[in-house]
Amino acid sequence: MTTVADLHRPQQDQGAGVAVDGAMKAFGDVRALDGLCLRVAPGEIVAVVGPSGCGKSTLLDLVCGLAEPDGGSVRAAPATLMPQRDALLPWLTAEDNAGLALRVRGASRAEARAAARPYFAPFGLAGFERARPAALSGGMRQRVAFLRTLLAGTPVLCLDEPFGALDALTRVQMQEWLAGTLAREPRTVLLVTHDVEEAVVLADRVVLLSPRPGRVVEAIDVDLPRPRRRSDHAVVDLAARALRVLGLGA
Amino acid sequence: MPALALVVVLLGVWEAVVRGGLIDPLILPAPTSVASALVSDVHVLGADLWTTTVEAVLGLLAAAVLGAVIAVAMHLWSPARRTLYPLVIGSQALPIPVLAAPLILLLGFGLTPKVVVVALICFFPITVNLYDGLRRVDPEQRKLLRSLHASRWQTLALLEAPAALPRAFTGLRVAAAVSVIGAVFAEYNGSENGLGHLVLVSLAQLESARTFAATLLLFALALALYGAFALAERRAITWKGP
Repeated sequence: MTTVADLHRPQQDQGAGVAVDGAMKAFGDVRALDGLCLRVAPGEIVAVVGPSGCGKSTLLDLVCGLAEPDGGSVRAAPATLMPQRDALLPWLTAEDNAGLALRVRGASRAEARAAARPYFAPFGLAGFERARPAALSGGMRQRVAFLRTLLAGTPVLCLDEPFGALDALTRVQMQEWLAGTLAREPRTVLLVTHDVEEAVVLADRVVLLSPRPGRVVEAIDVDLPRPRRRSDHAVVDLAARALRVLGLGA
Repeated sequence: MPALALVVVLLGVWEAVVRGGLIDPLILPAPTSVASALVSDVHVLGADLWTTTVEAVLGLLAAAVLGAVIAVAMHLWSPARRTLYPLVIGSQALPIPVLAAPLILLLGFGLTPKVVVVALICFFPITVNLYDGLRRVDPEQRKLLRSLHASRWQTLALLEAPAALPRAFTGLRVAAAVSVIGAVFAEYNGSENGLGHLVLVSLAQLESARTFAATLLLFALALALYGAFALAERRAITWKGP
């Protein structure tokens, strides 16, 4: 049995990775996860794709130590969650939102801002340091939220449908932006999405989950050169294969 | 300003009704007599307005401190919630005259018992609104703070307190509006000055114009206190969105 405290102690044998073995999780009568097994090697980007309600968010909660499995084990290096939607705090400026993790760890407001500011220009946020979230576009809000996740400084990032709320065009831009950013700032990433193209464009490996209770149906290695585009033939082919495995599409 | 137009029309009808002899001016004074009482009794009215204002403002401040302490305690500590919440609700059923006798016995006829009564009436909307505001935080934002390993106090300071601020101001505005009637009730039950005292004495002396003038000032005082908190709210809450 893994305790919450254990989850935040990096395991010797895991390095900066994630190991989920036979994780079970139920909420009352609803079984969210039923013996899920998943490994994320240090530096690897793994996308988890599955139908709505298949326990994807529950998986991230377990990896981030926000919940304990009812059975099986979850071991992970320290992980930071980027929750669904952006969860930006509307009363804080963009730079204060980005530096939130540092404030929580005891940095002063000025120190947290100083740490966040250098990222604003490369993140396409220059000039918006003092803007409140309500004044930012959807894509900018996601970039601030991702910066906040990155600045937490943990080896593992858990992204819960990061671009789900964006319009289709912005989503494509943000996927390319995230791929570029992760190329410059490599991290171990567990990305939950219901967009198979997004998974194929971004991930080293795509893990397909069954409907609830979630189990791994198939894992597809994405051995494609980067940068990838949604329109690449190989990306389209892999996405189609993933959809067939999920029982969708021809 | 449709509200102003309506008031002018109503005042005109009122004036006509009283002047036309349909109602005895001892029962209902004409608006012009109220206005002249406001001018001629300015020294009495001014002193009593000051007394009532001090009672209402001090009572509101005490209620804000007490309400914040109780709301935060109930939010952070469930035994406090189970113990205090029924008492907070029950406190609003206490008839002021029942309290007045022991309060006067303990605290005399001065300012203190009035402040206590105002605070007792005003802390309720403040406590209930702030407590609700602290609880109703966006679950995704709460999850985020947990994921960052924020302590209980950090979650309160960085997330819950700012998120609850709009509701806290709602409570303060409601409290400001009822604080004036709280002060009047307190003065009814034993006092030597204040607008409530003046209303009581003027009614007994059939000084109906002065009674209405005092009432007009109570009305204005409630509006002013409400407006002060509305202004503070606009200064404090500069962000949009949940």
